[in-house]
Amino acid sequence: MTANGFWQIALILAVAFALSVPFGRYLARVFRNERTRLDPLMDPVDRLLGRIVGRRTLGMPMGWKEYAISMLVTNGLMGLLIYLILSGQGLLPLNPLKFPGLNPFLAFNTAASFITNTNWQNYSGETTLSLFSQMAAITFAMFAAAATGLVVAIAFFRALAAPADGGRNLGNFYQDFIRALTRVLLPLCLVITPVLVWQGSPETLHGLAVAHLVQGGVQRIPLGPVAGLETIKQLGTNGGGFFGANSAHPYENPTPLTNVIEILLMMLTSLSLVVTFGIMVGQRRLARVMYTVMALMLVVAIGVAVHAEQAGTPVLAGSGLMIHPGHGQMGGNMVGKETRFGITDSALFNTVSTAFTTGSVNSALDSYTPLGGMVSLVQMMLNCVFGGKGVGTLNFLMYGIFAVFIAGLMVGRTPEFLGKKIERREIVLAALALLVHPLIILLPTAWALASPGGVAALGNTASHGLSEILYAFTSAAANNGSAFAGLNANTPWYNTALGLVMLLGRYVSIILMLAVGGSLAAKPAVPSTIGTLRTDTALFGGFWFATIIVVGALTFLPALVLGPLAEFFLLYPHG
Amino acid sequence: MMHDLKAATILLLFLAALTGLVYPLAMTGIGREVFPARAGGSLMRVGGRVVGSRLIGQYFRGNGYFWSRPSATAPVPYNADGSSPSNLSPDNPVLLRHVGARVKALRAADPGARGRVPVDLVTSSGSGLDPDISLAAARYQLDRVAACTGIAKSRLQALLARYTSRPFAAFMGEPVVNVLAVNLALDRLRARHRPPGGGARGMCRRTPVSGRM
Repeated sequence: MTANGFWQIALILAVAFALSVPFGRYLARVFRNERTRLDPLMDPVDRLLGRIVGRRTLGMPMGWKEYAISMLVTNGLMGLLIYLILSGQGLLPLNPLKFPGLNPFLAFNTAASFITNTNWQNYSGETTLSLFSQMAAITFAMFAAAATGLVVAIAFFRALAAPADGGRNLGNFYQDFIRALTRVLLPLCLVITPVLVWQGSPETLHGLAVAHLVQGGVQRIPLGPVAGLETIKQLGTNGGGFFGANSAHPYENPTPLTNVIEILLMMLTSLSLVVTFGIMVGQRRLARVMYTVMALMLVVAIGVAVHAEQAGTPVLAGSGLMIHPGHGQMGGNMVGKETRFGITDSALFNTVSTAFTTGSVNSALDSYTPLGGMVSLVQMMLNCVFGGKGVGTLNFLMYGIFAVFIAGLMVGRTPEFLGKKIERREIVLAALALLVHPLIILLPTAWALASPGGVAALGNTASHGLSEILYAFTSAAANNGSAFAGLNANTPWYNTALGLVMLLGRYVSIILMLAVGGSLAAKPAVPSTIGTLRTDTALFGGFWFATIIVVGALTFLPALVLGPLAEFFLLYPHG
Repeated sequence: MMHDLKAATILLLFLAALTGLVYPLAMTGIGREVFPARAGGSLMRVGGRVVGSRLIGQYFRGNGYFWSRPSATAPVPYNADGSSPSNLSPDNPVLLRHVGARVKALRAADPGARGRVPVDLVTSSGSGLDPDISLAAARYQLDRVAACTGIAKSRLQALLARYTSRPFAAFMGEPVVNVLAVNLALDRLRARHRPPGGGARGMCRRTPVSGRM
């Protein structure tokens, strides 16, 4: 890593961490329905929504089951709406390049992908989607899916806060959903989008510019409302690009400044939610422990990825290239990377994007070094290095319940977490929530590897080919959306399989986690005694971390050995 | 459930209109009023005619131009209608072949060039549309461009300095040269500096390298 690179990373992380504290407090205010400064601006919108949805609906308290049902109904309808728009875009307005509707497999995959906050894309936006689809299907889904993840975490926090009524009131889904949009996502987008436009990201209803080149010939340059999509794509940890090349495309990410802004947007809410957790549950010390463990995992991941990419590859070094940085160039593994970002800003962006399960990329992960690519893979396998909006924090808490249980067995105490006894029901639900993830990654990967159609889609061979398939299902299960994109997954089998994995990865785990919350909320609080195993200490933080690593390693190490690790040892035979 | 269905439908239709239409259309309006050129794609014009975008690279391989990076877009390099990286893994033999051929093409275009080739000049980018090359990649081509345009190296160096974007706040990002902007400037200079008749070295008469690499 270069000195310059080190200071860039340090500064960006410092700014992100510093922003998360006030923003976390703000989120707590929003979801405790306290006054915010945006009220004068947004109250009229809320009142209008209240009138059309009905005040009774918005005021109704919900238990975990009602909350989950409202969430599922809303998301199901979202999926249907998106499916219809995508299939019927040929008949809809704002289609300057006259794109036909998507086929049913691709439309299903895309709808599933965008309602689950995954944003896996088996299409290239510039050659497939009309401007109307980019706005009314994609941009809308990005807002709604992000709001869903956010409010589920909030409902879980309310359950942990042990309400006096035993968990019959986790808030109202619709009320939370509206506030997430009008108080958090929409205002930030309105401020940030013009900054991206100022830096060069287009925002226009012209679909195409045709350039007559000085060397002869023409270049067709697709345009559209790019900047507005880009902002919510990052802020909502969605990740789906307007263009096929995602945030590597100069229109999506024109300058180093937009790169920094996009990185900060990706990190903002998931970092802040840990602070919000501390405030809403009244466990600030515990929140600090959680934040520290996750931040350490993130820093290690960034360090490994940047180092691996800056070191370059034997192919490049053996071809007589300038592999070391300096003298006006960046060196390292520049395959699939943009010069304005160089090595550091590329590896940092992608590592943050897979930690926070955004899935947007500003460089081609398929061309990363074995270890650089493995960092992204591992973060999605653990799925709790801060993680996606809402669900990342919840995954981390599931590991916490697990850690408490194991520690309780080791020292012979009744496991307690947040003042509640962890009993059979909670540990079974938490274990299921954690087991779904590897199950829907490893089984379909094995299936794809054993089927001719699965292997025929590969873009690279040998260990790296295995990594491509493993990466696809890990990304889908973690609702990330990034890809080792050499894999041609736009086939009926992959569209269906990946679509199902995305849906299971999102909703099964959310429902199980809400069930854990409901179960905990219904229990009486046990007073903390001298015999209570304290969870808000550095010692337990270390144990928590060890639990995550051990569970993750036991589950995924065999697959990693066959994929990126085998590739690493073959590529660098002499160490 | 039925109650939810009705509430959710109304809410979603309204929010789809708000976030999927009102928001992007409002942003489009602001873009058009405040940053019209940038909101419209940062297009560059010569004599009123659009010749490209400052942000979208083009495939320059003429010997009197600064070459852009290789591009993996299909069916032709720098196809803005299909942004794409090569997605070749580091152990893929195709990558080794491509890099080797690109180094050879560079050396053939300027047999006098010394030193190691900057990595970015022989690797394709993440978008396939990278508008920039590193400062080193531009300097590597100075001798050839000077010989083939008849413009003095010192002038070219001044030109490069003018079209280099410095990292944000002095250290965020990399110093890079915008290839289209610098080549358009070369065209303007060349109109005033005709190379001395017949004085061009042999390499300048070569036909530009074509084909996709």
